[in-house]
Formats: sequence, structure tokens, C-alpha cells
Amino acid sequence: MTLPRSEPALEVIDLKKAFGGMMVTHNVSLAIRPGERRLIIGPNGAGKTTLFNQISGDMRPNSGEIRLFGSDVTQLPPYRRAHLGLSRTYQIITLFTGDTLEHNITLGLLGLRPSRWQMWRPLSFYRDLATEARRVLDAVGLLHLAGHPVSEIAYGEKRRVELAMALAQKPRVLLLDEPLAGLSNTERSQVKSLIASIPRQTAVIMIEHDMDTALDLAETVTLLNYGKVIVDGDRDAVIADQRTREVYLGV
Amino acid sequence: MKWIGAALLAAACLLPPLLAGDFYINLASQILIAAIFALSLNLLVGFGGMTSLGHASYLGVAAYLSALLTSRYGWGHGAAAVISIAGTTAMAAAFGVIALRATGLGFLMITLALSQVLWGLAYRMSDVTNGDNGIAGLTRPMPFGISLDSAASFYWFALAVAALAFAMMAIFVSSSFGSSLQGVRDQPRRMAALGFNPWMIRWITFIYAGFWGGVSGLMYVYYNKYIHPTALSTTSSAEALLGVIAGGSGTLGGPVAGAALVLLLKNYASAYVERWNMVLGLVFLFIVLVMPSGIVPGFGRLLAAWRRRWR
Repeated sequence: MTLPRSEPALEVIDLKKAFGGMMVTHNVSLAIRPGERRLIIGPNGAGKTTLFNQISGDMRPNSGEIRLFGSDVTQLPPYRRAHLGLSRTYQIITLFTGDTLEHNITLGLLGLRPSRWQMWRPLSFYRDLATEARRVLDAVGLLHLAGHPVSEIAYGEKRRVELAMALAQKPRVLLLDEPLAGLSNTERSQVKSLIASIPRQTAVIMIEHDMDTALDLAETVTLLNYGKVIVDGDRDAVIADQRTREVYLGV
Repeated sequence: MKWIGAALLAAACLLPPLLAGDFYINLASQILIAAIFALSLNLLVGFGGMTSLGHASYLGVAAYLSALLTSRYGWGHGAAAVISIAGTTAMAAAFGVIALRATGLGFLMITLALSQVLWGLAYRMSDVTNGDNGIAGLTRPMPFGISLDSAASFYWFALAVAALAFAMMAIFVSSSFGSSLQGVRDQPRRMAALGFNPWMIRWITFIYAGFWGGVSGLMYVYYNKYIHPTALSTTSSAEALLGVIAGGSGTLGGPVAGAALVLLLKNYASAYVERWNMVLGLVFLFIVLVMPSGIVPGFGRLLAAWRRRWR
């Protein structure tokens, strides 16, 4: 594909979503450049996760448009968006608890490969999938647990599997929904360096409450409140903005 | 240990025709047929998380199609078998589109309703199906010119088909597609986000289960040489579902053990107790209370615990 350099990786145009009479996404517009590091902040109930759910396709907006690398995906189901290079993680850990870590990552790899339709050949025959899954686990420092079921590992490790499953797909746009939630300080710095090491081909959009850690990772920040974009721009400008203080400190 | 298990299984499969009388050989054949049926239902219930109460549709329709084509229209068994299976599979494709509009309880109710429609048709369309009289006087096929009329020869035939069915379904659930199916059962939303099409995966499984349901229906009508609307009844679907759950849904051995249990109880308990369904109910209750995940996983755990103690 020959796209002009300036084309956004992800573009959200005038998105609206209401639950009954309550507007949870209120004319939201965003443009994310390829490789950008964007942090989305806002108080609880600001509509951050709802916005993610619309971008990933789990939820349909009432109106507005979502574009991935220039193509309109507003009406596409989630799995079609995944094939266009979109990947996400969940705020509530969503893993295959009875399966091994390796199998979890393998499913992530399989999702984008035509061999996922293969019915006559055991999955274990695909040695390349296993090798790749173990390489991904190694990259997040969990190779030693590859053969353990997810139900047996610690919470912080599950967070990293959650991230690894998305990274295995080598997405071009990655949505991270509170990747640091519930982690201890040590785990937090592990996940932080993991996110920092995500290659630059991937645009990362992250919802996170832990500002100390998250702001280091972000280049640009969007502040949401009551479903509206309040401030949007370079990190330092958004932090310094008077409106940010109003939302967070009520001053 | 694994080899002992395999040897025991092989002995259990090979011995009936050598040692037992016709009654037991026939019972073994019935168990094999019920096992194919339960295995196919288990693809939906155990591996797909789609609890169906209408799986008798595929058994019954394949059996009726074969019965009608061979008796009324005088077709050969080969062509009749192909058309019966193809017709049943096509029906599964259509039923799947309807049933998969819902999940969970809604899915169960739609499968139940569709099978009730077929059951009603089998009863009421008596100029085609002979209604409550059923279709009698059917014959068994003669593959490669070998007669299947003796109990032993039919048993070998049933064993071969059951072994093939078991192998095909075992490969199916361990394949990439089988892993996708189990992923969609456990985390449909995550699977969609990873690039899998949950609906398509469920639909293809539904069709595949219908195909093997049809195969078991063919075997059923070959064995009985007779077909009656009860083959399409809810009882027929429920018995198989009971077998799958009692044996252990989502395992490969479970449906086989469950089907054997249901048929053994049916044949033995009914000789002593008039209300044998009550006995079946009590046994089922016992299993659910003591081994909620089914006989096969339950005994697996017992065996593991026993081995740990003796080590």
C-alpha cells in the first residue's frame, strides 16, 4: 500500500454513543498517527472503555465514523478489524484460563492465519506456531511458565500474557485498556518497560489511571470527561492545561 | 499404564463377537451407534458450548431418508446413503442458520422446536412416513458383497464405522479449528478481537455435528431395519444429552461411556424394573452429585489420586 506519510493510523470522526438518554460518547474525534503513543485519561465513567469498545467493534456507535489506515471500518465486525491490524487488551483479564500460556499465545497467532480453518491436522503439528509462541513468551519474560495453565499463574503474570497475546499479532494499532491495573510496583515497572519496548510500527493507545507511569510512556494525551474530549494534544501541553486541573482537581 | 488401558479397550471391542451370545453382540452394536450419536452431539455441547436438545433431528432424518429411498423408491443402499447424509448435512446447515441466531437457552429452545417440527411431520405426514406405524421391512446394506445380517457381522461393521467416527472427531477437536471452537466457547469476545469469526466457527461445527448425527442415523436404521417417529422425539435427543453429560462433556471418552451407560441401564434395568427411566434418573442424579464433570473425568481424577497415594 502506498499511503501518504501523513495518513492517520486510526481516525475517529464525530463518534456518538448513547445508552438510553445518557451520552457516553459525545461527538468524539481523534486522529492517531502511525507509531504514536497516545494516553487517554479521564475520571471513572468518562467513557474511555466505551470508546475502545467502539474502536474494536465490540460495540456499534449511534453515529460517526471510525477509519483504520484510511478505510472505513465503522460497520465491520471485530474480527475483520483484527485482520486490518487492530489489536486490543482488556481491563478485566480475558484469557483462556484452562489452557497453557503457550496455547493462549498460539491462539493469538492463529487468529490472523488461514490455518485457523484447518480441521484435519492436529494443532500440535504446526511447530512454527509453537516456536513463535515461545519466542513471544520469552519477550515478556514468561517462557519458564509456557507449559502452565493460566489458572495457575499470578495476577501480574496474567497481565503480561494479556499483553503478549496482543503483541503476538504484531498489530499496527494497539489498544491497551488499563494494562497496569492492580499491579505491584515491581510488576508495574516490568510491564512499563514492556510497553516501552513495543516497536515503532505499532501505534499504541492506552487507557491508564496510573499517571506517574503512564505519562512517561505517552507522547500525546487525550482527556475525556462525560464522553467529551476536553483537551487533546502534546503531553506537556495537556498536563499544563487549566481544564485538566479542573477535571482532576475540581479547581 | 496407557498401554494397559489401550489393551483393555481393544479387548472390550474385540471380545463380544467371540465370547458372547447374539443378545450381547447386538447390545454392543447399539452402544457403538449411540456412541457415534453422542460423540457428534458432544462437538456442540462439550467443545462448542452449544447445548442442543434437538440432535435427534439428524439421526431421525437420515434414517427416514434412507428408509424411504430404499423401500419406497427402490434405490440401492450406496446412493441412498450418500443422499441421506448429504440431505441431513444440508438440513443441519439450514437449521444452524436459524438456531445460531441465539446462544445458551435460546439456542436450546430453537433446536428443541425444530426437532419437534420434524417429529410432528413424521407422525402426521402418514402418506409419506407411514405415521405411527413406522416404516418396516427394511434391509441392511451389503458392503463389498458381505452380508451384515448376522449379529457378529453387523457388529464388525458398526465397530469400523464407530472407530472412523471417533478418529475423525478426535482429530477435529485437536486441530486448529477445534482449538478455535473451544476458544469461542470460553471467550467469544476475545476470539473475535483476535481475528476469529465466532459465528462461522459455530456454524461449521453445527454442520459437522449434523453430518455425524446423520451417519449415526444411517447405522440406526440399518441395525433396526425399522424406523418410527420416536427416533425423532425429544426423549431421543435428551437421552443422548444425558449420556454426554453423565459421561463427561468436552472429553472424547465421555460420550462413549455415557452412551454405554444409558443403553446398559435401559436393557438391564428394564428387565427388573418397569419404570426404568426412574433408575436412569437416579443414576444420573448420583453422577451429577458425585462426579459433576462426568464419569470419565471423575474416574480420571480418582485414578490420579490413587496413583499419588501409592507412589
